[in-house]
Amino acid sequence: MEIFSWWAGDEGPALEALIDIYKAQNPDVELINATVTGGSGVNAKAVLKTRMLGGEPPDSFQVHAGQELIGTWVKADRMEDLTPLFKEQGWMDSFPKGLIKNIGTDKGIWSVPVNIHRSNVVWYIPANIEKWGIKVPTSWDEFFAIAPKLQEKGVVPLALAQNWTANHLWESVALASLGADNWDALWAGKLAFDSPEGVKAWELFGKVLEYANKDASSLSWQQATDMVVDGRAAFNVMGDWAAGYMSTTKKMAPGTDFGWAASFGTSGEFMFLADSFGLPKGAKNRDNALAWLKVLGSREGSDAFNPLKGSTSARLDSDLSLYNDYGKSAAADLGKDRIVGSLAHGVTANEGFMNDFASVMEMFLKSRNAQMAGKATQQIAAKNGIGK
Amino acid sequence: MRHKDRIKAFFTLLPSIILISIFVYGFIGNTFWISLTDWGGVGALAEKPVRNYSGFSNYIELFTGFLGGGFRQDLVNAVYYSVMLLAGAIGIGMFLAILLDNKPKGEAVFRTIFLYPMSLSFIVSGTIWRWMLAPQGGVNILPTYVGLKPFTFSWLSSNNAVLQFNWQNLLQIALYITSAILILIGLRGLFRAKPKALKFLISGAVICGLAWLAGDILPKALFMEETHGFNTATFGIILATIWQYSGYTMALYLAGFTGISQDLRDAAMLDGAKTSEYYRFIAIPMLKPITISAVIILSHISLKMFDLIFAMTGPDNGQTGHPALNMYLTTFRANDFAKGAAIAIILFLIAGTFIIPYLVGSYRQRRTGR
Repeated sequence: MEIFSWWAGDEGPALEALIDIYKAQNPDVELINATVTGGSGVNAKAVLKTRMLGGEPPDSFQVHAGQELIGTWVKADRMEDLTPLFKEQGWMDSFPKGLIKNIGTDKGIWSVPVNIHRSNVVWYIPANIEKWGIKVPTSWDEFFAIAPKLQEKGVVPLALAQNWTANHLWESVALASLGADNWDALWAGKLAFDSPEGVKAWELFGKVLEYANKDASSLSWQQATDMVVDGRAAFNVMGDWAAGYMSTTKKMAPGTDFGWAASFGTSGEFMFLADSFGLPKGAKNRDNALAWLKVLGSREGSDAFNPLKGSTSARLDSDLSLYNDYGKSAAADLGKDRIVGSLAHGVTANEGFMNDFASVMEMFLKSRNAQMAGKATQQIAAKNGIGK
Repeated sequence: MRHKDRIKAFFTLLPSIILISIFVYGFIGNTFWISLTDWGGVGALAEKPVRNYSGFSNYIELFTGFLGGGFRQDLVNAVYYSVMLLAGAIGIGMFLAILLDNKPKGEAVFRTIFLYPMSLSFIVSGTIWRWMLAPQGGVNILPTYVGLKPFTFSWLSSNNAVLQFNWQNLLQIALYITSAILILIGLRGLFRAKPKALKFLISGAVICGLAWLAGDILPKALFMEETHGFNTATFGIILATIWQYSGYTMALYLAGFTGISQDLRDAAMLDGAKTSEYYRFIAIPMLKPITISAVIILSHISLKMFDLIFAMTGPDNGQTGHPALNMYLTTFRANDFAKGAAIAIILFLIAGTFIIPYLVGSYRQRRTGR
């Protein structure tokens, strides 16, 4: 059986842990671990597409859960419905309802989530916050109140990196501006991007950008996080892989050396993204692939994988003693918060929209014209069939 | 006998003719066909994707559509990349070659050093240059070693643009360029007292005048104002490319210079030519074929520039984008196969405008040379 993913390097050991469990349960199966490296799967996805077009699908492949899978593969009728598997394994109750809604359509559930990452998190260093004599804001208005003071001290209020992190920041800002209901309405096609609400989100984003560093486009996300760690910047909105980076690479203790909060104005909302594996139609070793998916969705598999990867288990019953302080707090939030999907990481919109959105973002970064950005977003939404 | 040879030659070449016609020209044809369809979007990756013929709509969308702005900036970038790379790499390469041609001490060492960047892959040199051009490190902190203030130029992330023009006025600009070329040809002809010179000069001036007068009546290429220009963020990338390829052009010229007979140089010197005059009037004009092939190769490289930009500024950087990068993302990320194919064909045609005149020229030369 062949599985296809982009987990190598730092994430390799986590995948190996899953493979070990699978091998223990299915000793007769020869498992081929095909990885194509490259951040968030840029290269892997291209290779996968050529393989699928060539009629040679892997037995199971990694994909961002949500529309990135649905828009590309489900709409093309290439995936098998996994609802029977979910029912048989009792997963309908082990995963949060909001999550299952986001990874499925009315026709079925299309992948098994392996992990959950949270997108709307703001990171800071508690000691620095105290030193500068400020409080962590809970809304963007509070942020705008303290940001000029930080600038006077020579501190960048908000650290930002290259293009995709601008998309990442946008979704947190837009969620704060729109609220969870309107956010969902956007992706259901019920609220237009060029409506007053949509344009307001772009306006707020433009205002936020004024407090970000000017050299953003030449920084990686790690460098933006470093700015916060070094005290050159006060805050950074980044997904919770930043927790893994700071605790593993930088050897900082969660909670004391670095702190976090839901990004300004989004407390009580959990914007998620998830890696998942699906079952393509025409998989040569379908039964073995199903056994693989069972390992991924099981509590044992999930708790073997996530502490190593630094992510949260998608299950509600995970063994929290295995996770660090950040992981515990995220798991608690996942259980009680309103769950919404991330745009920058493929949950709410298909790949066509995501690609076009990146160029709309570039347009906005240059022109800072909220009205035009709203119009352009609505056009690409229509073109890519958002909400259909 | 001769006839028999031809048959043999034909059969020897047949396999490669077949393979090339399928795998090169067949696929170019297929790409062109795809670019005329609407293959893309939802369901693009189905086993039997629906493809409808849609004429040149993809091309029209790219050049005049609301959402094609990114592609248009990429195209403008590609032009600037090509021009700057040609000027930089040929200028510096020739200069280095002339220095080394005069056999300084340690010539072999310098030759290796200058040629060395060529052996690196674009990904490697791109990563190195990204670090060197980081806003708060590398090149920018060099002055601090001698007690000066650090540079603040953002090599790769500046938002400034110079030489901006409005895409709406594309037609007018094209006319201006045509007239400028005609006038230049005319002036050159006048200088050499050619009879047709005046015709070029007059037609150039007329076109220029018309374009200026009719500026407002000319059809607009776009329904809204859209400015494009030379983004200063591309400086870093151009710098890295020139660094990598000036050694290569140096090698080309050096080979040419060494090929010139020493007798010729001695004769020139005997006639009282200075070293600079020897190069200006004898050596460089003799190396015209080398200059032409350098132009072809370098312009080709600048049209295929993908990995360097990917390594230096990432995939979604509108400031430093390039059509090749855009093509990859449109095709393999957005699943918009038809539009990706259209971009590929546009790049192919641009490359053709460089190559075809060269091929025709060299073919004629060989015919007449026989």
